[in-house]
Amino acid sequence: MTATPLPAAPAPQKDRSQERQKAMLAEHFARLAAAPETGAKVVYTFVPGNLTELLLSFDILPVLPEINALQSGMRQRSREFIREAEKRGHSEDVCTYVKCDLGMKLKGNVGPTGDRLPNPDLLLLSYTGCFTFMKWFELLREEYRAPTCMLHVPYQADGKVTPSARDYVVRQLREEVIPALERITGRAYDEDRLREHLRRSAEAEEDLVRVLRSARRRPSPIDGYFGAVYYVGPIFSSFRGTADAAAYYRELREEVDERVRLGLGPVTPDGPMGPERFRLVVEGPPNWTSFREFWRMFHAEGAVCVASTYTKVGGTYDEGFRHDPDRPLETLAEYCLGCYTNRSLPTRVDVLCRYMDEYEADGLLVNSVKSCNSFSAGQLLMLREVERRTGKPGGFIESDLVDPRYFSAANVKNRIDAYLQMIEQRRRGAGA
Amino acid sequence: MVAPLNADQPAAAGAAPLQALVERARALSEDVQLEAVRAWKAAHPGRIAVGSLPVWAPRELIHAAGGLPVGVRGGGDGVEVVRGDAYFQSYICQLPRSTLELALDGSYDCLDGVIFPSTCDVIRNLSGMWQLLLPGKYVRYLDVPQSLREDLGGRFLEHELRTLRDELGQLAGAPISDDALRASIAAYDAHRRAIEDVYALRAATPWLAPSWELYLVLRAGDVLPVEEHTAMLREYRELAAASGRPMEDQARVVLTGAFCERPPLGLIQTVERSGCAIVDDDLALGLRFIRGDVAPPPDEDPLAALARAFLARGRRCPTMFLPDDAGQAKGEALVEDARRAGAEGVIFAAASFCDPALLDQPMTAKAVEAAGLPSTSFKYAENTGQFQPIREQTGAFADAIKIWSDA
Ligand code: SF4
Ligand code: SF4
Repeated sequence: MTATPLPAAPAPQKDRSQERQKAMLAEHFARLAAAPETGAKVVYTFVPGNLTELLLSFDILPVLPEINALQSGMRQRSREFIREAEKRGHSEDVCTYVKCDLGMKLKGNVGPTGDRLPNPDLLLLSYTGCFTFMKWFELLREEYRAPTCMLHVPYQADGKVTPSARDYVVRQLREEVIPALERITGRAYDEDRLREHLRRSAEAEEDLVRVLRSARRRPSPIDGYFGAVYYVGPIFSSFRGTADAAAYYRELREEVDERVRLGLGPVTPDGPMGPERFRLVVEGPPNWTSFREFWRMFHAEGAVCVASTYTKVGGTYDEGFRHDPDRPLETLAEYCLGCYTNRSLPTRVDVLCRYMDEYEADGLLVNSVKSCNSFSAGQLLMLREVERRTGKPGGFIESDLVDPRYFSAANVKNRIDAYLQMIEQRRRGAGA
Repeated sequence: MVAPLNADQPAAAGAAPLQALVERARALSEDVQLEAVRAWKAAHPGRIAVGSLPVWAPRELIHAAGGLPVGVRGGGDGVEVVRGDAYFQSYICQLPRSTLELALDGSYDCLDGVIFPSTCDVIRNLSGMWQLLLPGKYVRYLDVPQSLREDLGGRFLEHELRTLRDELGQLAGAPISDDALRASIAAYDAHRRAIEDVYALRAATPWLAPSWELYLVLRAGDVLPVEEHTAMLREYRELAAASGRPMEDQARVVLTGAFCERPPLGLIQTVERSGCAIVDDDLALGLRFIRGDVAPPPDEDPLAALARAFLARGRRCPTMFLPDDAGQAKGEALVEDARRAGAEGVIFAAASFCDPALLDQPMTAKAVEAAGLPSTSFKYAENTGQFQPIREQTGAFADAIKIWSDA
């Protein structure tokens, strides 16, 4: 899956939270680089349905290949990595995250900090919300010859977590995942430690939700898409359940509260955004290879993204879910089942309509990425449904995550401009 | 290049019954608007017809509800896609477009429901589109377990199947009894055997049962009741075996990857005309998913037996995960099938943008290569009309195989 965090912070002048996130990432990658010497165990896994608290309870270091891929995209390395994978027989048609990751491995597996990433001791295949995950780790298994542990998370086709699905996931956790982690670490499962991490997760989740919801204000103090991908970074990846993450979200919340108090809008990589003219809900992941340019197409026009679904792929906390330390395995199962792309299309439409309403948005913009059928198949229908139910105009653009061949800046900009004009015209029409 | 004599010519003198059967199969395989299903429903008032997308779905349960299981697999090259296109982005396979077109133009009105088996994210999301576009119609997304442990994945699958059984019973107006399910499993066991028998004939003597013909006969099963289709397969086998068609010396290949979106008939004919005899394929993966009979013992719950057969004898195909302890490596099953069928090479034919087929392919291709089998690959769409490049490619492939085997 598409997911998120980035090593660098967006704003020219860095906030305390940004400095902290940067330090957390630097430390994590340093520990990964040192793993061959320290003997720390390394597990590769995915963002949606990640079991970070459980891994932390075994002192395991997580690696998230999706995040490596997006960072390669931002560092302008993805083109060559994808080319490398395609040269070796990987189809042009499939998800570019997979090819970018494989290409990176083939080119020495050097991570964003310039250090070599350690090989996995285990591939923890949290099969949540995306078919490609399954094949991705089958492919990595061939590359690394590492054991693979499948956690099959059933799809929420009927829009709710069924007891059968939850039990199935809990039993896999208990009977497959935990024994696999015990095997690689030589340690016993410690439920008290897990509970402690889950407690910290819930704290951080509370603060994150408050930050995301701040965008209901006018002007919105944050950008809930481009800006929020930085905010969800720690909680979607290796840090959920750590004291660092809890501190990060506390600081972030305080900073955003302060912006609200001062009536400030979002900060962009080009500085504070000008007056807020458009409020958009966005569905779909961003493009990473031209991330800043893409964002500029919005903020230069005074368009702020007030809510996004992409920032829910690693957990739908704003819908009320919190990790519950009193039900450790059940809560992990429910977390996995609830991730955004594991939800049915009708549920996704409901979420979008709710965002349109609660965030008083002017419209819904869909960024349909070539890579991702999990997100993209059906988005045009979702768009029409949201238009029909809310009466607000929808916009549609096509790009890709990390394959620069599929990001046509001129084309995307034209479409966004035309879309914003349409909103403007409708507004004038309504006011006339 | 070896010029195949039998490709797309129904058998000559004395072959009228075979020709008639193939023509009937052709008409049924082109019946994407489901006229045959409408006729069946008119003849069987009050009974249900339930569709399922191509890969494995427990058709036995629909049958046990007194219903007609219908294969839903898009419009092939026989439907002009207009509305279907408006719902999809540029980069996606063709099957959901034409399937939706048929749903929106009323062709599927005769279906009381559709089952979307876990296959890929496109079919998964299509199930949600169905819910949004056709409110009131029965839609079931069927998750299949990726854990193959009986007490884990097996229990989950049993629960899924029980839910489906209850829902189909409600749709049909009466619960499905164990006896009915046993009888239906027996009907499908017979069907599975009939399919394997035809495949065996083709593998042994491909010139007697050319693949373009077999393809039509298999496709007819999308709209025919299972008993009739079993009879058709048996009759086809007998007629083809007795057809006296002359032997041909072609390169023997397995065609793999075309298990969902239907390749155009012209594509199969092109491969054959270019000098390849297809001796095994995954064109009917959904029907052949479980290897062998389910045959529940008298003291076993038939539904549990169905779940057990799925786990123990389900094909480890591209839509499934291959666990570390599966007892086989990636691609090994394909290599074994190729060996069993006496194939000399493998053709990877995937629908464009097909995630399961295309993501799996590099791994299986490696296994095929390691086994010393040559391979070639191309992509297609159900509405591909241009076969010349494929003809050249598979022709050169056939020639290369012949040169090697003659050397
Ligand atoms: S297909 Fe989509 S969800 Fe899956 S790995 Fe690729 S980008 Fe992520
Ligand atoms: S052709 Fe492939 S990607 Fe398309 S629906 Fe079928 S399995 Fe899914």
